[in-house]
Amino acid sequence: MVDTGRTVAAVWRIEGARIVATLARLTNDVVLAEDLAQEAVVDALRQWPETGIPQNPGAWLTAVAKRKAIDTWRRRERLNERYQAIAHDLAAGPDDGPDAWQPIDDDVLRLVFIACHPVIAREAQVALTLRLIGGLSTEEIARLFLLPVATIQQRIVRAKKTLAAAKVPFEAPDPSEWRARLGSVLGVVYLIFTEGYAATAGEQWMRTDLANEALRLGRVLAGLTPREPEAHALVALMELQASRFGARLRPDGTPILLADQDRARWDRAQIGRGQAALARADALGRGRGSYALQAAIAECHATAPSIDDTDWARIVLLYEALGRIAPNPVVDLNRAVAVSMATGPASALLIVDGLADAGALRGSSLLPSVRGELLARLGRAEEARSEFVTAAALTANSRERGVLLAKAAAL
Amino acid sequence: MKYMLIMRATDAARQDYEKVDFNEIIEKMGAYNEALLKAGVMLAGDGLADSMADNFVVDFTADPPIVTDGPYGETHELFSGFWMIQVASKEEAIEWASRCPLGPGSKLEVRRVTEMSDFGEYADNPRLKQQETWRAESGQV
Repeated sequence: MVDTGRTVAAVWRIEGARIVATLARLTNDVVLAEDLAQEAVVDALRQWPETGIPQNPGAWLTAVAKRKAIDTWRRRERLNERYQAIAHDLAAGPDDGPDAWQPIDDDVLRLVFIACHPVIAREAQVALTLRLIGGLSTEEIARLFLLPVATIQQRIVRAKKTLAAAKVPFEAPDPSEWRARLGSVLGVVYLIFTEGYAATAGEQWMRTDLANEALRLGRVLAGLTPREPEAHALVALMELQASRFGARLRPDGTPILLADQDRARWDRAQIGRGQAALARADALGRGRGSYALQAAIAECHATAPSIDDTDWARIVLLYEALGRIAPNPVVDLNRAVAVSMATGPASALLIVDGLADAGALRGSSLLPSVRGELLARLGRAEEARSEFVTAAALTANSRERGVLLAKAAAL
Repeated sequence: MKYMLIMRATDAARQDYEKVDFNEIIEKMGAYNEALLKAGVMLAGDGLADSMADNFVVDFTADPPIVTDGPYGETHELFSGFWMIQVASKEEAIEWASRCPLGPGSKLEVRRVTEMSDFGEYADNPRLKQQETWRAESGQV
């Protein structure tokens, strides 16, 4: 028995972005395009159980949505000239054959940029990207983020209203804005990934299905912008990080940190895909951006046989490069940890003390816990204990607090 | 979830295939692969060589196993290529598999790839872990 609802959902995952992109090109209106496409989906859910699934379901949905556009405009009492012209053009279109509505990649790319348009709030960009590009339903997005359906619905409705009010045209950004806008799109995809990689909500510590959606979006994006090194680099970073999924959790759901992971459980095929994606980014010959540097760090870990046999000197260099293009105290702290592994705790402590003196990461447990670790290795037990206690008081995670207090007690 | 799409063709279908313009086959398969790649679902895929001189069968009925050229004769539907895809549902796998540009006499056998969760309580079995180690050390997928 074919479950039409599940089949329509599958077709929509595959074709949704292309359908909406095609309609948006025809109407120059993403909001209208998405509404029409959703109406076509409702028709499919009603008709396909009786008629069977059409040979080319994507073309069917596009044709139905297009007809709805024409009908809507014809029925309007006061047609304005623009709509009249569009309705005329659409009705006079070449044909409704199965290949008549093949969208071009540029349309999908425009759709990506609009889903991540700066007039929309970040969390709405996330929802809209999963909906328009990922082809996920509101219910699926809500399930992935463990949020009420109404919340996601509200975000999408508000985002569509904002886009309509701002009269955002169906266009790719100007060359002058391109880099920043692409950066914002990549940021949305990586945000989805990190929410899956280290979930901030819910019972589970990571949610692989959410991370997999981000990976899929990343691959789609790299396919749309093959000349953009950072798009390939983001795929590389996500593949390399995701390769550790199988080793990051104990059977009871508690996390296993990098040093203690069974590296045999890392997904070698995924590591290979990550390395290949990083090689594609490098092959473009435009240097390494922040995703490429992070991917290169992840690659060092992914290819090392053990913590001790890791190329820490190289990781230090990569963190230095990353700190130069994207200065960030967390990067500096990570660099300090790498330095401690490469050359010992004393030089690492200098970096951490520098951060502390500058007042960086105040209120976070990260800095005192790393500092405690370094002091302990230097044999300065009393100071180390005090740092661990400070860190324990700052963390909101009860598991982490237990670990820190145990370290303090052991000194 | 991951699925493997296993391409099988009967001998008759393979003979018919030889009559078709190879450029046409490349064009159609290329378009299919491109669609899978652009949709972000393709993890791997390859075709398997037809020339039997390169291929062989290891039969474990005997000990030590017997290595013969082939497979000849006994295989009516030859395993000729595969794709690995990552999708969200069985229905999505069906959609993708149905779009594969194959003709009469050809089949796709579609199999879900097992995950550690399929082994349930055996996940920490030392043997299973050892297998993973072997796969990791040999660099095999």
